[in-house]
Amino acid sequence: MDFLNALPGAVSQGLIWGIMAIGVYITFRILDIADLTVDGSLCTGAAVFTVLFTGGVNLWLAMLAATLAGMAAGLVTGLLHTACGIPAILAGILTQLGLYSVNMAIMSMKATVAINVTTNEMLDKLLVSLRFVTDVAKGTRPFWRHPIFVGGLFTLAIIAVLYWFFGTELGCSLRATGANGNMARAQGINTNFAKVLGLVVSNGLVALSGALLAQYNSASEINIGRGAIVIGLAAVIIGEVIFGKLFTNFALKLFSVVLGSIIYYIVLQAVLALGLNANYLKLLSALVVAVFLSVPYWKNRYFSKPVKKGGARNA
Amino acid sequence: MLDVKNISKTFNPGTVNEKVALNGLSLHLDEGDFVTVIGGNGAGKSTLLNAVAGVWPVDSGTIMIDGVDITRLPEHKRAKYIGRVFQDPMIGTAATMQIEENLALAARRGQRRGLRLGITKEEQERYKEQLKMLGLGLENRLTSKVGLLSGGQRQALTLLMASLKKPKLLLLDEHTAALDPKTAAKVLELSAKIVAENKLTTLMITHNMKDAIQYGNRLIMMFEGRIIYDVNGEEKRKLKVADLLQKFEQASGSELDNDRMLLS
Repeated sequence: MDFLNALPGAVSQGLIWGIMAIGVYITFRILDIADLTVDGSLCTGAAVFTVLFTGGVNLWLAMLAATLAGMAAGLVTGLLHTACGIPAILAGILTQLGLYSVNMAIMSMKATVAINVTTNEMLDKLLVSLRFVTDVAKGTRPFWRHPIFVGGLFTLAIIAVLYWFFGTELGCSLRATGANGNMARAQGINTNFAKVLGLVVSNGLVALSGALLAQYNSASEINIGRGAIVIGLAAVIIGEVIFGKLFTNFALKLFSVVLGSIIYYIVLQAVLALGLNANYLKLLSALVVAVFLSVPYWKNRYFSKPVKKGGARNA
Repeated sequence: MLDVKNISKTFNPGTVNEKVALNGLSLHLDEGDFVTVIGGNGAGKSTLLNAVAGVWPVDSGTIMIDGVDITRLPEHKRAKYIGRVFQDPMIGTAATMQIEENLALAARRGQRRGLRLGITKEEQERYKEQLKMLGLGLENRLTSKVGLLSGGQRQALTLLMASLKKPKLLLLDEHTAALDPKTAAKVLELSAKIVAENKLTTLMITHNMKDAIQYGNRLIMMFEGRIIYDVNGEEKRKLKVADLLQKFEQASGSELDNDRMLLS
């Protein structure tokens, strides 16, 4: 029963994290880069939004600023990788580490900054909130304030824009860069620029997700992004494993990433309902991702089609 | 057309693995020249093509195409002038993208890529026609992923891609070496056809001396990062494989050591 009650909350969270997972999909699947910046840039988004919003800045402006801050983080990783020749994984780790200090500085050296939601009026200003889930269930708020509805709209809009973008010449050059860098350069594509652009767009989405998450939790917290990359990868992989055969269209692939994220949170909720200590969740996530990443490798190595028998005899 | 002046390239300088790949090489190609390149293992054939394509900068010397100095241009900027087909069929195409998407990428070589549509309806029709000319049945598989194609099909597609936007210079780097003999012959014929139809200035490396003699209007032989034999016109047409072997021994003072070349 607890689990069923928690379900709308889990789906809401899954949708918000799904936006981050789309960002991870852009780097991990399209550019073929495992970008560890996201652990830091998610918090950057949350921090910038929270500090600006609590300081009286308009909600949309604060969200835009959060997204831009995330893009800047992606730009740093991109330049470390392309202009300085640092391997992508290390470049991401460096940015992520540096962002810890930056995020703390944004939050005036406090580990947590809360958004004041003591009055209904203040709460009303937010786009999404944990409390809206119960409020809509109780009927004290209209259905369109439900985080599933708002998160869903955001997701659809983002998928629509990305679908258009990756169909343009510029978007195609990003896909070619990830698919085959040699070929891309031979066709006149500046692969360094494409990588930087991809990292910028990706981290912008991650930070936007962070800004929504801060609203949902009514707070920004320095550890909010810890392990975000793993959650993002889990969402990408779960989505591919379950819907990979069904969804071949690019927009649907992005959608399956979001579904993967939702499924991830539902499973987490189920595990919690079974009585697992929440501190074990990170270990569980790591295991899930490790197993799913190993499966294709094992499949190729140990379960590939056997060589036709009788080769020696027929030779 | 192509003017390579005194270029040198040393890999791993100052280490035990130091290798002088190009040693003050100069080469001039006239418009419409179809030059075949042969040479032993490590003679610098691929290094020459990569130097022209800009895979890495040369240590010294200049490279000009049509009067434009491209010595300092990065690879992707030189692509404006150069079409390439590689030895490895996997390198020339993007396996996870569709045939038409690969073609659309190639059709925009050297152009600014903005927010216009990556591939238009009109293009799809045009590609269908052009794929028909390859005679491989690819015209009905426009939306298939290139990864599903065979090595020969991928090389044929790469050839089409290299010529889709007419390049000033076409570089073929042993592009049939990874194919079975029958497919290799077919792809080579196709290459000659595309070169002739578009009147492309071409540099083609091959390990097959017969092919080197049969195709093109000029042949160059490389040894230790230099050109040791350069022949064209009537003299080239009359060449025999035995002549080439002899020329090589004369010029280099050693026997030809390209295993693939001797076996074919």
